[in-house]
Amino acid sequence: MNVLTDLWRQSLAGLRLLVAATLVLGVVYPAVVLGFGRVAAPWQAEGSLVTADGSRTTDVSEAAGSSLLGQVVDDPDLFWNRPSAAGEGYDTLSTYGSNLGPEEPALLDAVRERQAELAEANGVDVSELPPDAVTASGSGLDPHISVAYAELQVPRVAEATGIDEDTLRGLVEEHTQGRTLGVLGEPRVDVLGLNTAVLQEDGS
Amino acid sequence: MSEVLPALGQIAALVLLLVLTVPLLARHLATTYTGERHLAVERLAYRVLRVAPDADQHWRTYALSVLGFSLVGVLALYALGRLQQFLPLSLGFGALPADGAWNTAVSFVTNTNWQWYSGEAALGHLVQASGLTVQNFVSAGVGMSVAAAFARGLALADNGGRVGNFFTDLVRTVVRVLLPIALVAAVVLVLLGVVQNLSGDRVMDTLTGGTQVLTGGPVASQEAIKELGTNGGGFYNVNSAHPFENPSPLSNLLEMYLILLVPFAMVGAFGRIVGDKRQGWAVGAVMTVLLGAVVAATTWAEMAGPGSAPQLAGGAMEGKEVRFGEAASALFAAVTTGTSTGAVNAMHDSFTAAGGGTVMFAMMLGEIAPGGVGSGLYGMLVLAVVTVFLAGLMVGRTPEYLGKKISQREMGLVAAYVLTTPVLLLVGIAVAVSFDAGPAGVLNSGPHGFSEMLYAVTSAANNNGSAFGGLTSGTPFWNTLLGVLMLLGRFVPIVLVLALAGRFAAARRVPAGSGTLPTHRPLFVALLTGVALVLVGLTYVPVLLLGPVVESLS
Repeated sequence: MNVLTDLWRQSLAGLRLLVAATLVLGVVYPAVVLGFGRVAAPWQAEGSLVTADGSRTTDVSEAAGSSLLGQVVDDPDLFWNRPSAAGEGYDTLSTYGSNLGPEEPALLDAVRERQAELAEANGVDVSELPPDAVTASGSGLDPHISVAYAELQVPRVAEATGIDEDTLRGLVEEHTQGRTLGVLGEPRVDVLGLNTAVLQEDGS
Repeated sequence: MSEVLPALGQIAALVLLLVLTVPLLARHLATTYTGERHLAVERLAYRVLRVAPDADQHWRTYALSVLGFSLVGVLALYALGRLQQFLPLSLGFGALPADGAWNTAVSFVTNTNWQWYSGEAALGHLVQASGLTVQNFVSAGVGMSVAAAFARGLALADNGGRVGNFFTDLVRTVVRVLLPIALVAAVVLVLLGVVQNLSGDRVMDTLTGGTQVLTGGPVASQEAIKELGTNGGGFYNVNSAHPFENPSPLSNLLEMYLILLVPFAMVGAFGRIVGDKRQGWAVGAVMTVLLGAVVAATTWAEMAGPGSAPQLAGGAMEGKEVRFGEAASALFAAVTTGTSTGAVNAMHDSFTAAGGGTVMFAMMLGEIAPGGVGSGLYGMLVLAVVTVFLAGLMVGRTPEYLGKKISQREMGLVAAYVLTTPVLLLVGIAVAVSFDAGPAGVLNSGPHGFSEMLYAVTSAANNNGSAFGGLTSGTPFWNTLLGVLMLLGRFVPIVLVLALAGRFAAARRVPAGSGTLPTHRPLFVALLTGVALVLVGLTYVPVLLLGPVVESLS
């Protein structure tokens, strides 16, 4: 009994603490970060949006996408993103990796199917396809592809658009980021940025 | 895709950041938990809370404070989940089901942050910011407070079992440590591209004429404390793999750094509190060795990519982001499972059998490498007591740790602590496979499907929160089972540790004799590492054989 009354007393103090903590940590703290974002980094805070001509915007109605989010692209005249397990593909409302294990028959089938499709579409041998081309990312929203996968798509895009391959390789290079500080992460190509550049080149 | 030198380089970058800053934070933490002075804002808080900040509590009262505060937290979070449809900023999401609200309330209060739901499809901004973010702070604070009480218990003598004041510890932890660091980290994360807004879901036209929904939310403020407090509950379903939570290799480095900062600094603070910094170094060395081994094994497994699918695709990139590649995904996985964080920047379910098995093993170690904020320290110190006890048996004399005799009573508490998690885990997996509702949630076939269930109960019993995401755990069966495991896996050890702290604080200090095992030398480091591995090995090898080991061999 003594323990129970003591627990009750402590819980009341705990309740007062929780109310105070909710005000400070659950309202004031997020609001301060929110205010910082509004003032100092509105572009990032809103989701790193870009327009169809590649410039930054914070207005969703002007945007052609977020430079942090991959999109469904299957036009032959543009660079393709990786396979995605998020909904029907790049669905931000159901972000998901396939979660299939390394021995799972369903994953092996999926990889083989992608290999066959991509090899045919790009006119290359299956062995030339880099791993990121035939695997789904963790988020289902991966905005990047490997440099190898971008290079591999160049001839296809060149044929579809009529832009010569060297120009396209230049664009790929322009939208390639190396490892940060030489060691962090992996070299990667920003697909949305690259595609906006291709569309501009195509239109000019 | 990953290459060896950059892979080593980013490990070195992480180590460098920690080496530069952990000692500073350790000193600050030691002052926080032993200083006499109160800050003005803290005095204000104590007046509002109506607590006497200098009144040291007996360990039983301290434990009741922890339990009372956590009970209130569970009830409040449960209510928020159940009443979501009436709250502002709910984005149109309805109430969580009863079993789901229970699971989430327990999950965040116990610093586990297991998530059965998908953030972007279930929770509004208010529940995330004012419910979950708050528990991200205070559940971390509870762990750190208990660890501080344990360290003080070892440092004190003949004081009747008083170990400090819980409310003082918690207020100080938040005011002096967690809030300032989280604020700076959140600001940096925003600059690196993590979103922070209150927008609902807005439809955007894509470049090729399709549509995509832009999901907003107060993500950066939650992301910062999610990592700093070794919580790990993602704003979005895919956690730190989501570009809005972890946009670049640089944010990835920052998040790994935040995860490791406090657990290692707590060890340094422990050394200072007991008045012998070498004691902290020794414990920290064991943690470093264990974490180093997990990092090495996971990195090797993912970069080598054994297994059918990685071989077929040319690399283990299923479930991984291009910006991180195999190396940074493996490093993050080792860091998050070694610390009871549970955030993921890649899908562990799609890891190679060896990689997935290694991170599961890292959790089974009992979250001591370096473990959760606070819980890692007290977990490792309990094993240190086991180690001196074993060494004492070998030479036939009464063992002591830091001048405190380890008698039968103490060993009873230690044994109960060491047995709690394995019992929960193994009973949990036995229950899961005994009912149809358990395997019903499994995605993968064969031994990998078993691994999904084993990973879930391991994660819950050890308060990690990491998942093999293929398991559909949002069912009444899994929500209830994992909720029970999380609750007991958190609070039974906490009460035992506080009881042990009380006994140490009440005991008198015995001077070190010629037969005393020095606990700051390499011999002790090696012994303690061995004890940790043997305890885990003997307990879990059979069950690991059924999952990851069979899968590797198939």
